[in-house]
Amino acid sequence: MKWDSLDTWTVVIGSFCAVACALPGCFLVLRRMSMMGDAISHAILPGLAMAFFLTHSRLTLVMFAGAICVGLLTAVFTQWISRFGKVDRGAAMGIVFTTLFAAGLILIRKTAKYVELDPACVLYGSLEYCVLDTFYLGGLEVPRAALSMGSVMIFNVLFTLLLFKELRVSSFDPLLADTQGISSNLVHYLLMAVVAVTTVAAFEAVGSIIVIAMLIVPPATALLLTSRLFNMLILSAILAILSAFAGHVGALVIPEMFGLRGTVSSGMMAVVAGFLFLIAWVLAPGEGLFFRLRRRNPGRGGKYSKLPEEEF
Amino acid sequence: MMLRIGCVMLVVNRGKGLGFFLTVMFLVLGTVIAGAQESFWPEGSYVWKVITLQTYNSRLVILSSALLGVASGMAGTFLLLRKRSLMGDALSHATYPGIGFGFLVMVLLGGDGKWLPGLLLGATSTGVLGVLMVVAIRNTTCLKNDAAMGIVLGVFFGFGAALMRMVSDLPGADAAGLDSFIYGTAASMVSSDFLLILLVTGGVCLASLLLLKEFTLVCFDEDFAASQGWPTLFLDLTMLGLVTAVTVVGLQAVGLVLIIAFLIIPATAARFWTDDLRVMLALAALMGGAGGWLGSSLSSLFMDLPTGAVIVLVSACIFVMSMLFGPARGVLPRALRHVRLRRKVGRQHLLRAIYEILEGQQPDVAEPIRNLPVDLAFLVAHRSWSLSELNLLLRRAQTEDHLEDAIEGQVRLSEAGFGEAARITRNHRLWELYLIRYADIAPSHVDRDADLVEHVLDAEVVGQLESELQGRPLSLEVPPSPHFIDQHAGS
Repeated sequence: MKWDSLDTWTVVIGSFCAVACALPGCFLVLRRMSMMGDAISHAILPGLAMAFFLTHSRLTLVMFAGAICVGLLTAVFTQWISRFGKVDRGAAMGIVFTTLFAAGLILIRKTAKYVELDPACVLYGSLEYCVLDTFYLGGLEVPRAALSMGSVMIFNVLFTLLLFKELRVSSFDPLLADTQGISSNLVHYLLMAVVAVTTVAAFEAVGSIIVIAMLIVPPATALLLTSRLFNMLILSAILAILSAFAGHVGALVIPEMFGLRGTVSSGMMAVVAGFLFLIAWVLAPGEGLFFRLRRRNPGRGGKYSKLPEEEF
Repeated sequence: MMLRIGCVMLVVNRGKGLGFFLTVMFLVLGTVIAGAQESFWPEGSYVWKVITLQTYNSRLVILSSALLGVASGMAGTFLLLRKRSLMGDALSHATYPGIGFGFLVMVLLGGDGKWLPGLLLGATSTGVLGVLMVVAIRNTTCLKNDAAMGIVLGVFFGFGAALMRMVSDLPGADAAGLDSFIYGTAASMVSSDFLLILLVTGGVCLASLLLLKEFTLVCFDEDFAASQGWPTLFLDLTMLGLVTAVTVVGLQAVGLVLIIAFLIIPATAARFWTDDLRVMLALAALMGGAGGWLGSSLSSLFMDLPTGAVIVLVSACIFVMSMLFGPARGVLPRALRHVRLRRKVGRQHLLRAIYEILEGQQPDVAEPIRNLPVDLAFLVAHRSWSLSELNLLLRRAQTEDHLEDAIEGQVRLSEAGFGEAARITRNHRLWELYLIRYADIAPSHVDRDADLVEHVLDAEVVGQLESELQGRPLSLEVPPSPHFIDQHAGS
């Protein structure tokens, strides 16, 4: 295994991205809306295409605006279909994001003459290549993606810290939040916007596989290990960084073992996150599979829930 | 053009409710059409030829898409009723590493890596593994369905991406085209693919018809089914098996991202039209088939449009239509029913109010009630109506011939209106008596409670109430009110 500065940057960008996803992801898991991350990450495609189609520019801000619009639209449409049509929430979400994604595919196909938005690249991303696109920052050669993902990560950390109380109350008890003057609806849409921004930033840099995995897997793992929200946030960030690092190492080492050239780092990061989840699932103190089976009476103490019963 | 109309609508509506929804749809459509304008519009006769399968090139694709739509509509119905729509998404993403595995194994065995049945077998095995993982995570941790699906989806797909890149470097193997399973390439379909889809569609139809009763039972009341001795786990797995089969054969044509739309959209759209599972199943199959047929025809007319995406958009249009106009649960029919009920309630309130005022004006209780003109001031005071509300009600009552032509400041019931008012008041009183006697509601509160239910009474229920209340001298008369009516309430 050879390690150079490019590998370091890959891990740094991967970690930025993973942490940026894991923080809002915690609230998605707690609100039982995990699939919303998947839905938004698919649905932003037409937002990007439309933003480009209308403005003919590839400025990051324009792309962000398009993504936020479509991300919010996904949430709003889902809400409408499930409320006005009395459709199961999951089905409503599935309808909205697949339709938007299909529209996005067609738009991209129509505008492909001008944009270098490659549909295959949407999901795969190119963590390997984005480290090559660099610029100088105070004498240091920094990849652009590191800057954009870094700023999104800092934004998400600030968002989580500043709105910690609001997010906590409205995630666990939206009615209580409303009575305390915190609009749980507003918090919901803010969270959706943050997920959309994170997704589009990551999409430009590293592809959306890593987003889908990092939004859900580290927070879910952290939830198995703790039942305090603050600990969960910290743990999921640590797990995210760990997956990014180990994932890249795995991407370098594992193909070498079979005499192959290489593989996608972002894919391996998702695999490592899944592996960490597996470990927590089996060995989590008190409620891992290992302890449950040893307890002889798996029904006792196993049937409680850390999550609110109702779906939002 | 469409774009401009959409923008105008956006300004006019200022982002409110359903109008806003339509506007956004309009904008999206407009953009798509504006984008499509650059390519040529095909001639009418050619369009007809393609849709009626007379062109050799597109025949296979259109037939396959329509069949796939039928199969996925039926399988999706059970998925929807079990509230597992997104399970299809987790399943389809979980098939991705299986394709890589299938390829790897076949190459290592020295065969052609892209032998389709082998790839699909691999896809099925990891897909099933993914579903089992979802169930296991949900049952043994504090995590819920959504997180379990998210985990399986993300990790399996990531693994698939990593594996795919690895096997594409295998010496002596050509993996080009494997990533077509993500977005699907319907255009490259050959006759063996068609046969496979035909087989699966036949299987899904047969299984749905043969096991219809059992599936219905499990969908609507799983516990009851289990208590009756049905193998619910087996039936549940069979339903998921149908979904898996459709997903796997659909991978090649529409890709793993959009196949879930095939499963969910027709079934959800069909739900708006009926409350009968058999009809819903048939409708879902029909809508899926129609979406597949029209969508793939469209995409073969405009050569550069991806088939799966066009089919999904066509199905989405069918869905929007169904959601708006579906008679059983559609938005507009429901709104219409609501308006009708509100009018009926308003009419009944008005007539009863007039009747009660007439009762109050009657000096002697024994005499029959006479139809006299009633002061508007009395009427306003009787219920908490605003003047404009009352005027609206009066105007409607006049068009329904319940009122005589207005005299200044007074209203008078017509003969038909008087009879109707007596009937309505009688129903109300009967209902009040019933509530007092059988539901232990205090006479002072009974008026409001009766108000909540009486408007939905039909003749049959009234007859039942009468027989329940036997022993009272009811006959056809209006019974006296069981509580005091304040003639000046609200004043």
